[in-house]
Amino acid sequence: MKKTYRLEDLDCANCAAKMEAAVAKLDGVKSCSVSYMTQKMVVETESDDQTELMRQVQKLCRRIEPDCVIRV
Amino acid sequence: MSTGEKKSLVRISVSAALLIVCALLPVRGVWHFLCFLVPYGIIGWRVLWKAARNIAHGQVFDENFLMALATVGALAIGQYPEAVFVMLFYEVGELFEKIAVGKSRASISALMDIRPDYANLERGGQLEKVDPDEVAVGGVIVVKPGEKVPIDGVVLEGASSLNTMALTGESLPRDVAPGDAVISGCVNLSGLLRVRTTKTFGESTVAKILDLVENSAANKAKTENYITRFAAWYTPVVVIGAVLLALVPPLFVGGWAKWIGRALTFLVISCPCALVISVPLSFFGGIGGASRRGILIKGANYLEALANTDTVVFDKTGTLTKGTFQVTAVHPEAVSERELLELAALAECYSSHPISVSLKKAYAEEIDRSRLGKIEELSGHGIRASVDGKNVLVGNQKLMDAEHIAYKPCELTGTIVHVAQEGVYMGHIVISDEVKDDAAETIRALKAEGVRRTVMLTGDRREVGEAVAKQLGLDEFRAELLPADKVACVEELLNGERTGKLAFVGDGINDAPVLSRADIGIAMGALGSDAAIEAADVVLMDDKPSKIALAIRISRRTLRIVKENIAFALAVKFLVLILGALGLANMWEAVFADVGVMVLAVLNATRALHIAEK
Repeated sequence: MKKTYRLEDLDCANCAAKMEAAVAKLDGVKSCSVSYMTQKMVVETESDDQTELMRQVQKLCRRIEPDCVIRV
Repeated sequence: MSTGEKKSLVRISVSAALLIVCALLPVRGVWHFLCFLVPYGIIGWRVLWKAARNIAHGQVFDENFLMALATVGALAIGQYPEAVFVMLFYEVGELFEKIAVGKSRASISALMDIRPDYANLERGGQLEKVDPDEVAVGGVIVVKPGEKVPIDGVVLEGASSLNTMALTGESLPRDVAPGDAVISGCVNLSGLLRVRTTKTFGESTVAKILDLVENSAANKAKTENYITRFAAWYTPVVVIGAVLLALVPPLFVGGWAKWIGRALTFLVISCPCALVISVPLSFFGGIGGASRRGILIKGANYLEALANTDTVVFDKTGTLTKGTFQVTAVHPEAVSERELLELAALAECYSSHPISVSLKKAYAEEIDRSRLGKIEELSGHGIRASVDGKNVLVGNQKLMDAEHIAYKPCELTGTIVHVAQEGVYMGHIVISDEVKDDAAETIRALKAEGVRRTVMLTGDRREVGEAVAKQLGLDEFRAELLPADKVACVEELLNGERTGKLAFVGDGINDAPVLSRADIGIAMGALGSDAAIEAADVVLMDDKPSKIALAIRISRRTLRIVKENIAFALAVKFLVLILGALGLANMWEAVFADVGVMVLAVLNATRALHIAEK
């Protein structure tokens, strides 16, 4: 399943790239794309339920860019 | 400016003023240091705090940490003004970047401001403002002048003209009358329209386009991925370089403070910001600029591929030609052209066949049906009619052969309609599919953009294909193809010798397999055809082939901007690194260069949004 999430206060392009790389490495993630310009994250997974995964993603992204909030 | 940006501007101004005051104060020693700590604290506390917080999270090589380290280092070796200035300038750069990116985002969202907020739904004789999502298929909505058409539908009542500017980039309004289809996203200009919806909002053109635009950011260009990967190792390498520079040379030649100063210059220049921001910003601008002209590109990867196109394959009908028939020549024998047309138009006046329609259109006068007697349609041959009491035959060669009438063959290509009266040959009329006005111009423009090979595929007869290819100046054509043959043709071209990418242009209706097989599938005339929007990588909202050349021009320009930015940023960074290592550049110059490069790269990137008319 492919789902798009809105990112708030994503203030640096390099952080966006780091988030993308980090999320793509998570188990169960087929692909991930973070766009700094549109402030969006697209996550593609094998399973149809991303709730559990997104909790991990949020935790991971808080470490990279604490100001940025992922709207789930 | 947002409140955050205003606050940032205030902090910059205050600390800049204090920096000047501190530099002028006649104090020495520890007081001197404490003085500079005030502007440093005002401008730098956020960076310092973020750096500390991110280190706690295990994020070492981030820009906050680098700036913190560089400036704290400068304070430690007594370069107080440098420390404040570096922090100050870094913040100026950040502020500028935020404003530029914000502007760019705003101009693109204004561009894509086609989302209708409501629909006026007729319910029990009353008009109700509802969310477009709530309107079912077959619902009747009213679109007032000045409003956007919220959902695709058919006009029941009213006549008006629609502005399709936001969708196609064309300023010429489109007239609609009862029975015409209307497309969501157009703005109603003059009259009140009652529309019966034919789709739900989610299936409507406007929703599909918005979806496409929103998702296009997820498809990143290769260049962007290279740069992100480059940035991931550039920073650590420069930092290690700085550490080595601070530690190794002093062991041999001494002068710790001097070498540490040079190492700090390294740290200042180690941010990859200019590169990382300018590449996606350029692509974003390019895609936005294209969509303003009615060209929707589904991602930066396709924009990049489009810039490398060297072969363009066209479908003929509906792409290069209008797909409608028109009288292109009248060759009479013994009568005038008008009389020949009149005879043919009269005989064919009851038929709705495209050929008959084109004859009537060419005749252009009111048809006096009282002159007609008995009319007989001869399937596969033509028509036998009685005009003014005379026996008239209008049809193809087979009809002439069957009636034993000697006819003249025609050297022109197209559909030939022969006319005979009372067994005497009167001449023939040539009807052919009309080439689009801008088709020849498109081929020329593509050549000018460096496309090496243009190929046309058609299911039409060989002569017709050849004539069109010659008229338009196409390099090659393949005729008499079945739909499946088109895929084979494109595959053959894909496997053949080529240096760039292959783009296929079709109308998206029955060439979806070909569109997906090509490197870049371009569908045109997408206004009203959601199949095309789904199947293609690049979607042209109207049916003008000249937009293909424009799309390629935009993509090449965007790529050029991206390359300029990368080359410029890298060149300046390496130059400053070398000068810094040799002691020829100090921290002032390093931060000036770094922020300067970023500002120029961002300004250059925003250029991608603006496409000059040609």
